[in-house]
Amino acid sequence: MKRDLILAVRRMSDVLTTLFFFIIVVSLFPLGIGPEVEILRMIAPGVVWVAAILASMLALGRLFEGDYRDGTLEQMLLAPQPLSVLVLGKVLAHWAVSGLPLVLMAPLLGLQFGMTAEGLGVLLVSLVLGTPAISLIGAVGAALTLGVRGGGVLVSLLVLPLYIPVLIFGAGAVEASVTGLGAEAHLSLLGAILALALCFAPWATAAALRISLD
Amino acid sequence: MLEAVDLAAVRGDRRLFAGLGFSLLEGELLHVHGVNGSGKTTLLRMLCGLVVPEEGRILWEGKDIRSEREAYLRNLVYLGHLGALKGDLTGVENLRITETLAGEAVTEDQAMAALQDVGLHGHEDLPVRVLSQGQRRRVALARLALSQAGLWILDEPFTALDKASVAALRARLENHLKQGGMVILTTHQEIDIDTALVKQVALG
Repeated sequence: MKRDLILAVRRMSDVLTTLFFFIIVVSLFPLGIGPEVEILRMIAPGVVWVAAILASMLALGRLFEGDYRDGTLEQMLLAPQPLSVLVLGKVLAHWAVSGLPLVLMAPLLGLQFGMTAEGLGVLLVSLVLGTPAISLIGAVGAALTLGVRGGGVLVSLLVLPLYIPVLIFGAGAVEASVTGLGAEAHLSLLGAILALALCFAPWATAAALRISLD
Repeated sequence: MLEAVDLAAVRGDRRLFAGLGFSLLEGELLHVHGVNGSGKTTLLRMLCGLVVPEEGRILWEGKDIRSEREAYLRNLVYLGHLGALKGDLTGVENLRITETLAGEAVTEDQAMAALQDVGLHGHEDLPVRVLSQGQRRRVALARLALSQAGLWILDEPFTALDKASVAALRARLENHLKQGGMVILTTHQEIDIDTALVKQVALG
């Protein structure tokens, strides 16, 4: 994990691409729709969440690809430690460089949509819970399509449908808090998804990697 | 002791080899021969546990390597075609990372010494991507100096090395065998090591 962080720092451009993609996609909506605050406020959570998902898809291809090509992945499989623990470390490092910047940038972008302070707070919490789950679920897809030609498109087809629950509860949490229903129910469901993903995704990813390298 | 019993490998719908068996004792070297595409790399990857054999079993000290995974892997170094080197990191960083992954912590000084050992004096601080093919190979081979593992599985270790490095690697192999280590390797070169028993396996 430490190694992945060092590598990411050496390759700052990769991190910045994801972040700028996210910022630009989110900023395009107010420009395209116009200055009606009511409409913008209504679509804000959905837009931010969809953009976050697309931006993390962009980074997903790099999760194992480099290690696969230079043989490091083989060495990971030959490490005496359980592979799922190594995978978990890798995914967390990946989240720290691709997911965390998005989370931190999101409240700022929310301001463009005229979101209230309370809405921004809930948006932040929902992204903190949701984006690690996205990274974890995406890792399974990335591992399965490793070394396959056109893997990038395939991984989107595989993984995007699995993101739907995260999207519904993530965007729904913000909406619920804005309409005064309270976001607790949505947020606890998001937390449950994250907990499940933490338990099962590394294990499934490890199994997928073994298949890909056989 | 490493034993292979009745191994068979299938790639796609092609049968690479079948009924392959051998046993390797401490201080012995196994030289795997074969033309290109005869399954040498597949055999080595199988012996590491990366590829599941179609038939047959691989035994380490009498136990299947799949049930004794952790103990087996602690005692194994595998160097494949791909050096497992990160182009953006220096040689020292690369060595320390692969060794940490293999469960053996290495200090910066030890890694530095290992690199100087393979003749990369003065290149320790360069990112690996600016090194030549042969120098990169030597960074990967420097792992052998650091590792405590008894079993070395090397896929074409002599490729891209200059004459002096080939001699140095041969000396390192001889030394390892003398200390009771085991080596399995593929190469198209002749290896003349007379201090130890060299077994041959021909594929294809």
